[in-house]
Formats: sequence, C-alpha cells, structure tokens
Amino acid sequence: MKLPEPVNKIPVTCSVNGREVTFDAYPMARLLDVLREGLRLTGTKEGCGEGECGACSVLLDGELVNSCLVPVAQAEGARIRTIEGVADGERLHAVQRAFVECGGAQCGICTPGMVLAAVRLLEENPRPTEADIREALAGNLCRCTGYVRIFESVVRACQKE
Amino acid sequence: MALGIKDRLVGRPVPRKEGRAKVTGAALYVDDLSPQGLLHGVTVRSRVPRGRIKEIVFEPGIPWDEFIVVTARDIPGENAVALILLDQPYLADGLINHPEEPILLLAHEDRHLLEEARRAVRVETEPLPAVFTIEESLARKEIVWGEDNVFKSFLVEKGDVDAARAREGVIVVEGEYRTGAQEQLYIEPNGCLATADPDAGVIVEGSMQCPYYVHKALVKLFGLPPEKVRVIQTETGGGFGGKEEYPSMIAGHAALLAWKSGRPVKMAYDRAEDMAATTKRHPSRTRHRTAVTPDGKLLAMEIDFDIDGGAYATLSSVVLSRGTIHSAGPYNCPNVRVRSRAVATNAPPHGAFRGFGAPQSIFALERHLDRVARAVGLAPEELRRRNFIRRGDTTATGQVIRESVEMEALLERAFELSDYHAKRERFARENQSNIVKRGIGFATFMHGAGFTGSGEKFLQSVVGCEATAEGRVRVLAASTEIGQGTNTIFAQIAADALGLDYEEVEVVRPDTADVPDSGPTVASRTCMIVGKLVETSALGIRQILEGGGFLRDGYTAEEFRRACREHAETIGPLRVFTRYEQPADVNWDDQLYRGDAYSAFAWAAYVAEVSVDTLTYEARVEDFVAVQEVGRVIHPVLAAGQIEGGVAQGVGWALYERVAWREGRMANAQMTNYIIPTSADMPPVRVHFVENPFPGAPAGAKGIGELPMDGPAPAVVSALEQATGVAFDHVPVMPEEIMEAMERSRQ
Repeated sequence: MKLPEPVNKIPVTCSVNGREVTFDAYPMARLLDVLREGLRLTGTKEGCGEGECGACSVLLDGELVNSCLVPVAQAEGARIRTIEGVADGERLHAVQRAFVECGGAQCGICTPGMVLAAVRLLEENPRPTEADIREALAGNLCRCTGYVRIFESVVRACQKE
Repeated sequence: MALGIKDRLVGRPVPRKEGRAKVTGAALYVDDLSPQGLLHGVTVRSRVPRGRIKEIVFEPGIPWDEFIVVTARDIPGENAVALILLDQPYLADGLINHPEEPILLLAHEDRHLLEEARRAVRVETEPLPAVFTIEESLARKEIVWGEDNVFKSFLVEKGDVDAARAREGVIVVEGEYRTGAQEQLYIEPNGCLATADPDAGVIVEGSMQCPYYVHKALVKLFGLPPEKVRVIQTETGGGFGGKEEYPSMIAGHAALLAWKSGRPVKMAYDRAEDMAATTKRHPSRTRHRTAVTPDGKLLAMEIDFDIDGGAYATLSSVVLSRGTIHSAGPYNCPNVRVRSRAVATNAPPHGAFRGFGAPQSIFALERHLDRVARAVGLAPEELRRRNFIRRGDTTATGQVIRESVEMEALLERAFELSDYHAKRERFARENQSNIVKRGIGFATFMHGAGFTGSGEKFLQSVVGCEATAEGRVRVLAASTEIGQGTNTIFAQIAADALGLDYEEVEVVRPDTADVPDSGPTVASRTCMIVGKLVETSALGIRQILEGGGFLRDGYTAEEFRRACREHAETIGPLRVFTRYEQPADVNWDDQLYRGDAYSAFAWAAYVAEVSVDTLTYEARVEDFVAVQEVGRVIHPVLAAGQIEGGVAQGVGWALYERVAWREGRMANAQMTNYIIPTSADMPPVRVHFVENPFPGAPAGAKGIGELPMDGPAPAVVSALEQATGVAFDHVPVMPEEIMEAMERSRQ
C-alpha cells in the first residue's frame, strides 16, 4: 500500500551566513534538518527536538531561535546565521575566543548554541549585568559546566570588544 | 613529582586542545557523520515490564520489503551484552524483563518512513507479574532475576558492632534515607555508526567513554576474532557515566543492522528514547543505626545499603561496591558493619553515573549525622570535628590512612568562605518573620580515586607514547575526551615529561586499531592512574633518546626533533608502552572486602545556602562553596570546571530531577518535565582547592571528576532543614513535598 501522498516540496530562498541559498524542502521540514542534512552545516546540534535545550539555536533575522521548532517555510527570505558564520574566516569572534580561554566549552555539544546566544546578547547589550547574562542564556542548557565559566566567558568577551 | 620533570605546563590553564573545533562547530559528533549509502536504524521495544513474547506482527501499510529487519535469530555470535555477567540480551528472545527491552531492529534510508514502520510493529505478549521497588524485590514478591532477585551483596565488618552498641550509656540513633533515579542528560544523546561485512569485520564509530568495553562486547556478539573488530570514539557530547556501558548495546544494534544490510547504519537516539531506555543513577535506600557516646564520639555504625539495579546485572555490583565502601564516610569509627545489596526490578538497568553509588550512601550518612548531632545536643559541625578521620586512623574496610588528612581545616575554610556561622545565626532570626526562609548547611565527605580494591591490578592498563620521525609526540591511550579535558591534561603531562611545548604533543583519538587498552574512562582514574602511565611512557621516550646517545640533557626543541629523526633513520619507529603496576603497599582482600580500597582519596567540605519561598514553595540554591583537597591541580580552569559542573548535577539531583516511574517506565522522558538546572537556577559556585601533592600520581594529582557529585545533595538538604524546619531524608525534594511537610509541621 502507499503512504498518504506527502505535500509537495517548495523552493526556499534565504541567506545563510551571508550567502544566498535556494533549495527545495517540505514546508514543515525543521530548519534544523535542512541546515544539517541539506546544507551540511552540522555545527547546529540536536539536543532534544522540543525546544528545551537550545543546542540547535541559530539567529533568524537577528533573533535567537530553536531551529528544531522552526518550519523551513518560515525561513523564506530570512537572514540565518549559524555557528559556522560566527568567526571571521580564521579569526575567532571575541565570544569564541573567550569560551576557549575561560573554559566555557567542555564537551562542546551545547557550545554552538551557547555561543550564538552570547553573541546575540552582546549585539543587543554590549555591557550586560550578570542577571542579563543569566537571563539571556537560560534557554541554552549545559550539563558540563554549571554555567560558571560560561558567564565568565561572556564577561571576558565584553571586555575584549 | 617524578625526578627530572620540570613543571612548566602542569598547573597552568593552557587552552583546551579541541577548544577551537568546539567553539566553531567544526568538531564532528556521531550524528554529524553521513557516509554514502547510509541507512538509519531504530529499535522496536517492549511495552510491558515483564512478559513472554507470543508473536511479532508487521502491520500492513508499510513497504516491509524495503526494510532491513533484525531479530535475535540474526545474531551471529552470542546474544548477550558482554560486561560482567552475560545476562542481558541484545534482543529479547522470548522473555521480556523491562518495558524498554529491545526486541527487533529496523533500518531504512528514510528516517521518517522508519518511524512509521517502528510504530507498525506490534509485539503480542503474555504479561507476567513484575516488581518495581527495592521492597518488592527483597520481599521476593516475584522472582525476576536469579534465585533471589539479588545481583550482589557485600558485608563489611570492622570491630564488634553488637558489643559496642550494648555498652552502657550509649545513645543509639536510627534513620532511613532514600535517593531517586537520576538521568545523566548529556546534551548529545547516545549514538553509533557501524559498517560491517564478513570479510572486513565490524567497525563502529560513536559517542562513548570506553572503546574497549564496546570492543569486547562486539567480539562476543559477532563471534569474531578481536582484530576483526574496530571501535573508534567520535567527539562525545558528555557522558557522566551514561556512556560507560550503554554504548555496547547501541553499537551492537547498529552493527547487526550493518552486518545484515552490508551498508553503513547509524543509530542515533532521540532525547525521549535516550531518557527512557538508557541507564540512570541507581535509586537507593539506606538504613543507619548508630551508637554514639553522650559526648558525641562514634562508637558503632550499622549500615544497610540497598540499590535498585533494574532488570539486568550490568555494573550494579561495582556501583554497590563503591557505595558500600563510601557509606561510612571520612570518619573514624572503631566498629562498623555494612550490609549491602543490589536487587533486580523490572525497569531498564540502572548504571554508571558520576559518583557511582557513593553519592547515594554519602547522602544518607551526612543526613544521618545531622540527626545524630541533634540527638546528642551538638552542632552538626562539632559532631563531625570529634570524629573526622586522621592520618593513622582506619576506614571501614580497615584501610590505614597514610596521607595527611585535614578535614577540619577544609571545613573551617568552607565556613569562612561562606560566612557560615554568621549566616546561620542571622537566618534563624530572620526566618521567624520573613516569607522567604533561608538556610545554610554543609556536608563533609571523601571520594576514592581509581578502581576499587584490586580493580586496577586486574585492568593492567597500558598507555603508549610515540615520537615520530618529524619529532611530533603522540600519546596513545584509550582514555576518551568527553568534555572533562583528557586531551589537554595528557598533553600537559607528556610535554612536561619531555620538556617540550604543549603544541608539540598530540593526543590520538581513541581507536582500538591504534591505541592500547588503557582501561575505561570512569572512576576518576584518567588523570591519576592513566596520566601517570602517560608520564612514564613520555619519560621512556626521553630515556631511550638520551641512552642511545641521540640526545643530551638540557636539549632544545630543535635538538629533540633532530634526535627523533636520527632515531627513526638508524633504529626505526620510537614507541614506548607502559603497563600499570599496583604499588606494593596497596593490599586488598576481595573475599573479606578488607584492605586498601583506593590508593588515594580526595577530601572535601561543601556549604550550600538555600531559600524557600513560602508562597510558592520554590527552593533555590543561593550560594555554594566547594572546598577540596585533590592533591595537585593539573589545570586550574578544567579542575574548577569539573567541580562547578558536578555541583550543578548535585543541585539538580537534590531539588529538580525527579524521574516519574510508571510500572518500570520513565513517564517524564522529556526535557520539558524532567528539569535540570539552567543558567537562571545556578548559584555562584566558589571553588577552592587546598593543594597537597600525592606522590603516586603525575605531578601529585588525585582523581577529581566524581567528588563534586557527592556533597551538594546532603549540603542542600541540610540547608533546607534550617529554612523549613523539616529534616528531609530523601532526594529529590520537590516543592509540593516542601509544602506538605511545612503545612504538616505547622499543625
């Protein structure tokens, strides 16, 4: 027997890390899968698939979103920034450098999302208080660090900027 | 410190070896690999806690001929996950023993169709009665494992407990304490990628802590010679014990599908499956009966420690062992009896999780000592002071403490840093009127590093060090980097041994085709035990080059490179392997469970401050101080990171992380309702190391990874007692329990 006929794929055009891309995808496909499987940008991780852990965080038109909850149809015409688009070529972003220096990354699986959350925070608020940092990162779970060194990394990154 | 080693890197916060790859997203985890022709694999599981399989029905509506289907009958070797016993099948063959038992495997290239297919396999079963608690298991309500539901029991005897308790004038204090299951919740779920064929053998890459455990299991599963099985660790997104034994299961499943299909098969669990089906921390019940003199000297401790092992033996006997040995804590008591049992229930097997049984028994002891202190009218810290173990005293297993132990000084330091006494007094006063009640509490404890007893002797771990013709140094070890910093500290240790720069040392990715068996990455043994072998191997390279006249003392990096080249040209490859040898003064009796349980202990005193909002009954940890002695600190940033992360897991276990069981199944297998601390929940964690170099380890470092899991829960619950007036005797303590207990105590 045949499965129910799937909806047709649609063409989607968006900007990913400053490059315009066009691809065909099912409208309800998760942005996460399209990035990882379609565009081979595997720096975006799947931790829970239900919008709780933030490992799949990307910036969509400057907003931090869980890409596991974003249907790709919503990405039409959007500017998407993933972890692969944070460093400037070989030159790490101040947040990335600070994460390496301060021990903000341990196992590294939450790190791409965490770095993007921190980048987003500093773009909006270059001098955050500790409460601002806690609030801004509260959607990104880390099981290794207890967050202490992640806060330090963000503070260090502000000092460098 | 070994002779002739200049510390230049040890003690310094060098950048994490793989840090750049991790912050740029370039690090490759197993789910990031997609070789040509890849199939995805899934597991069809039981839905009853115990029963007999009558029939497996493939519902219509699925193009079954496109699927690879594997059942127990497809297994080429033995249908058992080789670990300690061979009681756990890879795929149920007739009998089901827990509600997530794997029964059948499916593979297909389309993940979405695969999920439809998984739901279209119906397993017809005849249910059998099951047991779900330690009590039901011990009462033998049903015999669900072996002859008596008991995987393992231990008896530790020191002195004469009965005689001591019968003495006149002693005060006897009893108590019962419980701890709940806890999910490791590494953010990367378990996953493996396998290729297999009858000629080449089986190759598995995956997220794991112990490549040689997986290797041993695959050899048995396929009946292949060891050289036909190759296991490679991919970047691993956290383990905490949760990737100690379980990867053998998932690797075997992926490999069976690959074997049958002839194509690469990836099996990557989603979060719900990972939480429901893989191992968790063993739930426990501990009963204490303590005899104490009126002035607070411990005379006799009788401890019954029982843990729920789930449906199969897995590592429960070893978890039980560590919990048993730690159950009497860092105290000097002349008479101790510990009886312990690991029992079977019809839940997925419980397994390794940071601390490995010790957090459970230490929670019980620390809560109990607060009760003992109350019974004799002493402050909890004064009771501890009168009983702390010191150099020359013996532990419960009769181990004479040969190092200097300054528990009292650690506790004093923790009190100073946390302002304990002033806060305790202030909270007592302010709680009478404030709506938000506060409390401060502490725990004092120790954690043994390395395998228990004769474990390290049996493991005979091996580490290699290689100097290439180009003068690069490569460390060859099976110890895995799982976030804790193995790559970094091994490079520091080897570079110091050879007098080279950090950048000139490479730590090779664990691949059983390249690295020797250095034992598993568990038990806080990587730095202290395996690190020492790294140091010895690196020194061996230097001795060969110097002894062969290739190198003179005081060499430069350039001279080292030239010496390596000359050695390669004239003699050949330069590799040195070192095998672990147990120090002669470490003696352990496995029969009597007496002797030197660990070659070294780390010691600690933790203080927690909590608040309880009596409108919402939300409890928060507001401040945390962790003071410990772990020998020498190899890398201050990584070491502090281990403590902070462990504290966060301990806080979660104490206040947030409740596994809701429904007939052996985890009902809240989601991050939505199994709650771990977020950045908004964690208090500041102030970490302080007291350094006391340990002579038997590289640069004097003792194990560190598990220690911080032991102290937070008892410290937090002790603080809760001050805040609420209720002496809770279990974890996790949830808000509704606080509400009920406080309302009850007001009546």
